[in-house]
Amino acid sequence: MTTDLTFQLDGEDIAFTPGQTIMQAAKAAGVYIPHLCWHPDFPAHGSCKLCTVKANGRFGSGCTMEAQAGMVVENRTAELDDKRRTLLQMFFVEGNHFCPSCEKSGDCTLQATAYELKMMSPHFDMFYPDRPVDASHPDVLLDFNRCIMCSLCVTASRDVDKKNVFAMGGRGILGRRIHINSESGKLADTDFALTDRAAGICPVGVILPKRKGFAVPIGERRYDKAPINEQVKEPLKEATP
Amino acid sequence: MNAPMNTAPVAAKKLKVATTSLAGCFGCHMSFLDIDERILKLLELVEFDRSPLTDIKHCGPCDLGLIEGGLCNAENVHVLREFRKNCKILVAVGACAINGGLPAQRNHLDLRDVLEEVYQTEYLLGRAGIPNDPELPLPLDKVHPIHEVVKVDYFLPGCPPPADAFWKLLTDLLAGRTPTLGHGLLHYD
Repeated sequence: MTTDLTFQLDGEDIAFTPGQTIMQAAKAAGVYIPHLCWHPDFPAHGSCKLCTVKANGRFGSGCTMEAQAGMVVENRTAELDDKRRTLLQMFFVEGNHFCPSCEKSGDCTLQATAYELKMMSPHFDMFYPDRPVDASHPDVLLDFNRCIMCSLCVTASRDVDKKNVFAMGGRGILGRRIHINSESGKLADTDFALTDRAAGICPVGVILPKRKGFAVPIGERRYDKAPINEQVKEPLKEATP
Repeated sequence: MNAPMNTAPVAAKKLKVATTSLAGCFGCHMSFLDIDERILKLLELVEFDRSPLTDIKHCGPCDLGLIEGGLCNAENVHVLREFRKNCKILVAVGACAINGGLPAQRNHLDLRDVLEEVYQTEYLLGRAGIPNDPELPLPLDKVHPIHEVVKVDYFLPGCPPPADAFWKLLTDLLAGRTPTLGHGLLHYD
């Protein structure tokens, strides 16, 4: 049987099945590895690098690296968390992340991860990029200011909804962004619907249902109740129409 | 060899604290006052220098400076530099001091366009012209968080930071500990 297949994650034995990544095995065991672009239902994108671990002394993405029997993996060490915090700070200065006015605040993976890693300041100089919002769709608002380019909406729309509404495009910190696959570039001119999987997949506050903001009071939002590292096994609550 | 000769017990001397609000809304100061009766205990340990609470206009040498708000005009920068020059420990308090916050929402707009719309063209907002009194500090082209201009020692996030977070920061600092905020006290909103 495969049950004797284990690797060490911060000194703890983690069971895995062949083919499972370090991230998948850790999640199944209820152990938190910080991540932003990884989602259990989709193939790993490996772009955010928050899940960088040290496996047998080498850095690698926990979401793409397959678990091996006897592997020794470091996860929540000061060294790795320091690097993760720096990555988060870059995310925060490269976008416009103003939590007090964001409807996703309290339910936001980026914010909860930053709390978990004790990010006290953006550290770097702010970019304040100019990223216009797309309010053209009758039911959905797109606020690109908060986009972290995880591409989960691209994947969900293409592979689950079979609509291919979103695409990544452009180059550089200020040029790279999510594009809408319609002639006008507006969401209203696609067949995107609030019932799409992609509508609820955004880990930050980009894809928001209209007329539904701030429905849950402060103190009762997902990450008000418990920090993200204590919610590894909880199913991801996705926005519903 | 170069250690200070003053061996008076630290507890005997009250720590000097200065506070100010730059491009902020005083909400952080209001939240600070929400420590309620604990302020009496605090006053046994600290003495306020320049602060909206004392109305002292300039700060002398201080142990701790709390800065609310970001930098939206030239005066904000002068005040911030006065604080940095005088305070041994400087803390950025609240979202605006840390990332520009709400005032920084104007950073996507051209400053002249903003002033013209507010003071000249927008219906119902008045047409008296852009104020140009020499007493008025000149607005900065963009709003900036304070860490872009001076070194900041500690950060107290929140909009506003909860009173308990102020209390935790102050009691940690008074006890000589590095301030830390756990779940519930560290939040950005």
